[in-house]
Order: sequence, then C-alpha cells, then structure tokens
Amino acid sequence: MAAKPKRYSIFSLARNALSYHQGWQRAWRDPDPKSDYEVVIVGGGGHGLATAYYLARECGIRDVAVVEKGWLGGGNTGRNTTIVRSNYLWNESAGLYEHAMKLWEGMSSDLNYNVMFSQRGLLHLAHSVHDMQEIGRRGNAIYLNGIDSEFVTPEQVREMVPFINLDCRYPIHGALLQRRGGTARHDAVAWGYARAADNLGVDIIQNCEVTGFQIEDNTIRGVETTRGRIGAGKVGCVVAGHCSVLAEMAGFRLPVESFPLQALVSEPVKPIIDCVVMSGAIHAYISQSDKGELVIGAGSDAYVSYSQHGGFDTIEHTVGPIVELYPIFSRLKMLRQWGGVVDVTVDRSPLISKTPVNNLFFNCGWGTGGFKATPGSGHVFAHSIKNGNMHPIAEPFSINRFNAGALIDEGAAAAVAH
Amino acid sequence: MFLIKCPWCGYRDQTEFSAQGEAHIVRPEDPYQLDEEQWGDYLFFRKNPKGIHHERWVHSHGCRRWFNVIRDTATDHIHATYRPDEPIPELSSEETSKPA
Repeated sequence: MAAKPKRYSIFSLARNALSYHQGWQRAWRDPDPKSDYEVVIVGGGGHGLATAYYLARECGIRDVAVVEKGWLGGGNTGRNTTIVRSNYLWNESAGLYEHAMKLWEGMSSDLNYNVMFSQRGLLHLAHSVHDMQEIGRRGNAIYLNGIDSEFVTPEQVREMVPFINLDCRYPIHGALLQRRGGTARHDAVAWGYARAADNLGVDIIQNCEVTGFQIEDNTIRGVETTRGRIGAGKVGCVVAGHCSVLAEMAGFRLPVESFPLQALVSEPVKPIIDCVVMSGAIHAYISQSDKGELVIGAGSDAYVSYSQHGGFDTIEHTVGPIVELYPIFSRLKMLRQWGGVVDVTVDRSPLISKTPVNNLFFNCGWGTGGFKATPGSGHVFAHSIKNGNMHPIAEPFSINRFNAGALIDEGAAAAVAH
Repeated sequence: MFLIKCPWCGYRDQTEFSAQGEAHIVRPEDPYQLDEEQWGDYLFFRKNPKGIHHERWVHSHGCRRWFNVIRDTATDHIHATYRPDEPIPELSSEETSKPA
C-alpha cells in the first residue's frame, strides 16, 4: 500500500507552495482489481464513491472495490447544476434529503477536502395562484418536518435579486426560500469521497466496465468486467442512467425510463447573483459558480434516450424564460452546453432497494435531482448493504413500492425538475 | 432534435410530436385476475433499453394521431415508423447490429 496520504491544510498548502507545487501526492491509487472483494460497488460517481466511503468508514468493511467504466465523476456527477436543497413535500423524502443536507454541512472537514459547499440560499419562485397554493402546502409540510423554509414576498425576492423582472410574462407572486440550500463543487465531491475512501483501503478501479453478473442460486457471486471477473460477496449498483441496462443483465426490469437532461453555462462575469433561483412552473433554474459562470438548468427532454445530448428546443424553452425573468442576461454568451442521462421513476423518487437477486442492491432512479442527495444516499446505502436490510430512511424507497402502490409522489408535489 | 416521419403527414420536426413511452404494452384482459406484482409490472416497469426501442409517439401539433416508432436510444436514429394497425416492421440484421 502506498504511503499514508498527508492531510490537506493551510500548512500543506504553504509547504507545497514553497516547493513550486512539485510535492503533491496522488489523491488516490490506481490499483488492478483483486480476484475477490467483500463488496463491489458498480459506478464511480458521487453516490457510488460515497457508498464505498461510508462502508469503509462507518461499517467496518474495507475490502471494497468501486468499478467505473469511464473516469470518476464523468457521468451525472460532473454534469449537474450542483444545487443542494432538502425542501421536499413528503415525510419520506424529507427524511432522506435532510439526512443528506446534514452530512453536506460537515462534509468538507469530514473528508479533509474542500467541496466548496455554499449555503447561499435557494429561492423557489411562484408565478400564479396555483403556484402560491403549492408552495404554501409544501412550505408548511417542510416546516413541520423541522426543515428551514420561509415564504418571501416579491419585494423580498427583489432585495435578494435586484435585477429580477417581477412583472413579466411570468409574474412573481412570492417564493419559498430555503436558506440552508445552495451549491457545492460537483467534481470535488467525487474527488473528495474517492480520496477519503482510497485512504481507508477501498480500491477504485477506473476504465473497468461491468459486462455481466455472475449469479448462482439466485445469489450474486461476482461481476464480469472488461478487466476480468471480480468475485463479490455483495454488489451495489449505483449507475444512474444505465441502471436498466445493468438490471437487464441481472434478469429483471426497473420502474425507470432514461431521458436526456441538459444544462448550460455562460461566459464568466463578475458576481451578480448570490443565491440559487429556481422555478418549477417554467422549468428554469440559475446560479453563479465561483468562476463567475451562470449555471443554467433545463427540464429533461421528453423521450427515452441514452445519447447524452438533447434537443435545442428544450434549451430554447429554458433560456426564453431566463431572459424574460432576467433581461440583464440577454446579451450573455453561452460557453458550454451538455447533456446527461437521467433515470426517472414514475413518482420522481429514487430506488434504494434490494432486488430479486440475493445480495445485489440497487441505488438508482434519482432522475433529475440526485446530486443534492449524494452523501445521504451513500450513507444509507452503505448501511443497507452492510446489514442486508434496508436502512430505515431508505426503506420506503424500495422497488416494491411500485407493486404495493405506496408511491412517494414528488413529481406531482413539486412539479419541477429536481 | 430530429425529423420524424408521421405515417400520415410525412417528415416533420420532432417538436411537433410527443413521445409516449414503450409501445406494444397490452392492457391485461382481466385486471382483477392479476396480483399486485403483475399489475405493478404492467403499470410501471419498462424495458428502457439502450438500443432498439419500440415506442409510441403522437403528432400533437399536427394530425394528432398516434403511431409507433422504432428508434435506437443510444444514437436517436429512427429506423422506422408505422401505424398502430400495421405489423411491426422487420429490421435488417445490419440495422439491428449497428454499434450503439
């Protein structure tokens, strides 16, 4: 095993600055896969790496491999709009996303990695009487679950975002504000979890695609990969858009369809917007990165596709309202636009679940809003894998809810791309 | 964004159409005979393939008629469109084996 990684600190920064930054260590090793592991995690995005980290850190299972077909965080972890919030309607969701929020609040020091978590406040705009009723219901439900949630007037919205056009085609009647909501640096989340997990002995194996499962007596024995067979006592699949592809390899179907979801960023400008503003009704959200780019998110394209790019009509539906709400942005050039593949369930809530195959677990179906849940998802999934029984917070998110009818309908509740 | 050939109207822009999910899912003859698992499976579980997908589309901003499409979900290439009363067109092995 490599030398014990040194902690990042102001002193290590100063020391490395004096040596022209030639002395930094690798953040994680690049091991070849062993023949067997106690647990194999399929998918090296934020959720998968968080799962491996909490398995090693809290569950005492360090014989863990994370296999990733591309590079770490190269899927939806590196493609989202980095928004973090926990203002969900239903109790089950509140439990899950608030669990994640509490872990976000200590993550940088926990991982010894600056994930640039910034609780800058998140506004959810209401544009009609119906929207006001929706945020009224949801805001009170959130408040009753002990999560911060405030109603603000159009004037207060203008104080936070002085250049917003209150009286436009989408008039602003009010907004729901979660002050603890905000953004985090998405790549840093993947890298921070990877470094911390590696530090605890987890093998992170990139460029290693799972091509099949080895299943005997309806029990998982290992995974077939492009780098050979890897035996496993338990397997957790955390692969977002491609979860149905893996489920098919294991012989079952999921209540999921995969859609393209697009986002775009502008050229960098001086600080202009210091909170996150989202609108469910017009499916457009915006924040500013620390580099100065405006980060703009759209709704998902409305047809099944794994193509990682969507249509310009969806972009147009997003930037039109953005320019209407913020006329000052009309001259900004957009620098980059991209798409990810999101795994959407009918009730817009995730699947954290056992499967028909023993010791094979799936954590997927996060749809358009998985980033915010990264630490909570990994945490409850790790405990579920360790115990063989689902963590109480994860239990309602079983695949079986689609047979039992116990849906957690956040789609109808929030009417917004998460 | 791509062009779709409506069986009645010919080639039109994709924005005129709405995708309506997996095709050829037959409603059970007698839902009361199904157990929870079978009913949930019918309602919610989908193939969601990466590759050839048979799906329903409706020409929402055109003739408003429904039809079926065979599309590769990895590339968004459309292999065929056909009316609901037509049999599923056979794809050549060349088309189905095209790398994703």
